[in-house]
Amino acid sequence: MPPSVENMSQDTQHPAIRTQALTRHFTRHKQTVEAVRGLDLEVAPGDLVAFLGPNGAGKSTTLRMLTTLIAPTSGTAEVAGYDVVRHQRDVRRSIGYVGQGNAAAHQQRGRDELVSQARAHGMSRADSRRRADELLEAFDLADHGGRPVSTLSGGQRRRLDIAIGLVHTPRLLFLDEPSTGLDPQNRLNLQEQVKRLHTEHGTTIVLTTHYLEEADAIADRVVVIDHGLVIADDTATGLKSGLGDLVTLNFASTEEATVGAQRAGRLAADVALDDSVVTIRTPGGAELAPGLVQDLAVAGAPVRRIEVVGPTLDDVFLDLTGRSLRESIDQTTPTEGAAA
Amino acid sequence: MSTVIEHDNTSTRSGVRPPATQDPGFLADTWNVMVRELKPVFREPVSVLFAMVQPLVFLGLFAPLLPEVGNGSALQWFVPGIVAMTALMGASFTGANLTQEIISGSHERLLVSPLSRSSLLVGRSLKEVVPMLMQTAIILLVVTPFSFDLHLGGVLVGMAVLSLFSIGVGALSFALALASKNQEWLFWTVQQTLVFPLLLLAGVLLPLRGAPGWLRAVSDLNPLKYVVEAERALFAGAFPADTVAYGFVGAAVVASLGLVIGLRAMERSS
Repeated sequence: MPPSVENMSQDTQHPAIRTQALTRHFTRHKQTVEAVRGLDLEVAPGDLVAFLGPNGAGKSTTLRMLTTLIAPTSGTAEVAGYDVVRHQRDVRRSIGYVGQGNAAAHQQRGRDELVSQARAHGMSRADSRRRADELLEAFDLADHGGRPVSTLSGGQRRRLDIAIGLVHTPRLLFLDEPSTGLDPQNRLNLQEQVKRLHTEHGTTIVLTTHYLEEADAIADRVVVIDHGLVIADDTATGLKSGLGDLVTLNFASTEEATVGAQRAGRLAADVALDDSVVTIRTPGGAELAPGLVQDLAVAGAPVRRIEVVGPTLDDVFLDLTGRSLRESIDQTTPTEGAAA
Repeated sequence: MSTVIEHDNTSTRSGVRPPATQDPGFLADTWNVMVRELKPVFREPVSVLFAMVQPLVFLGLFAPLLPEVGNGSALQWFVPGIVAMTALMGASFTGANLTQEIISGSHERLLVSPLSRSSLLVGRSLKEVVPMLMQTAIILLVVTPFSFDLHLGGVLVGMAVLSLFSIGVGALSFALALASKNQEWLFWTVQQTLVFPLLLLAGVLLPLRGAPGWLRAVSDLNPLKYVVEAERALFAGAFPADTVAYGFVGAAVVASLGLVIGLRAMERSS
């Protein structure tokens, strides 16, 4: 039973999202592409979840099913307690959505779009105008609300997109590739805004990204998706903890490096020697390094240079799939948007 | 930022519906969509001239070439056709705005909003009446000082016919935009390919009186022909019941066809 309309937006009993064997196929040129293959997922109210994966992995297709834009081929999904097929309008009323493109039409004025979106959510004319001004103020767009959207900068448009998604104060906000196309400064600003929305107001947030740093920096929980399947689901720290640190030691000669590799081999299993460079992959590598440097100085193989790097989500993706996410992005053409 | 989201839990406890979840209903949704569509028109009224460039060129450079006809000036015969041509041009261009919104992403935003699919199509189509009326007023202002007699009553009834016609053509243009998705070239190719044959087969530029039989037979199937004939009678201050009725029927056929096809296209849009 879906909750009644009265307490819908305040509902905290139901999971924000629950999917069971959610599947979506596309047929193109008589070939079936399995974009999403049997996704089982539960997101609790108040979570900040990132769907991470290369282009074409099925992230956006999943988001488009959850936001009622496309119907699942099979399986079910409930969003805010409502079935995405049978109760589309209830889902639409409950969620905020910031798509890959711009929410505001380019020939419109930003403030007009905010007002029309508020009216679409059933707010009165006066409330709609008040809300529009409030959001323009909050997103540093107060001076730009009367300008045609086409004249706004990329960063301003993206802020306007998010403002439009928040008009009806949704408890659950979806963001599809929110920072794609933004310069680094605007990307950081956006991540800051998303984090604040989450910490200050407890809004449940689901976003898709192919930026590892972004998922790492803002999400409580990272769902790694590849070829339409969830291949990992944990906190960023949890995902990385199994991999350990990468310690790189440089020596003056290959002979010294060989000694270094032997000594290091007593402390860690994963040791590699390449000319005068030794690399060690081990949990707690940062803690182990100072003792190792001392030990090697005594053993007559002094370390000339040392570098300790913590694992990244790219290492996680590499470990899970055998491919680097960065390479996957470069090699994959963005087909997901076109397919949907 | 602190005012951006304030979840008000008190309304739940007292059993009052939170304002964000009310369903405004089809009429309010349609009105909202129409008002949104009209905002750029009112903010920049000059934009209605865009669809008028070709009709005004014909009015200025083609009309003077027409021979004087028996009953009244050539202008009196030509202007109603040009008014209908402007309505066709304006309403058939309108899907291009939707194409832009499909490309930019704002159409997707509206699809995820609680607005019903039907209101998204009907509201947009109804809006077409407003620029059509503005464009007709401009044409009449331009030609009335010349050899054109303004019969206001007839013009008003003529506007009712053209309103129906514009709503239908607008809806068809949106359907074409939805079918073309993000391929803007496809929209313009089909639109441009259809518009001129429709105009010529409606006798907008030259009378169909001397046309060969096959051409007449084809033009008899063109609803715009009946609309133009009704406009000619009405703009001359005459109210021949059958011609006017045929005009209304022709426009109503376009309107019903447009809305049915447009609604189906909007339902399928994702």
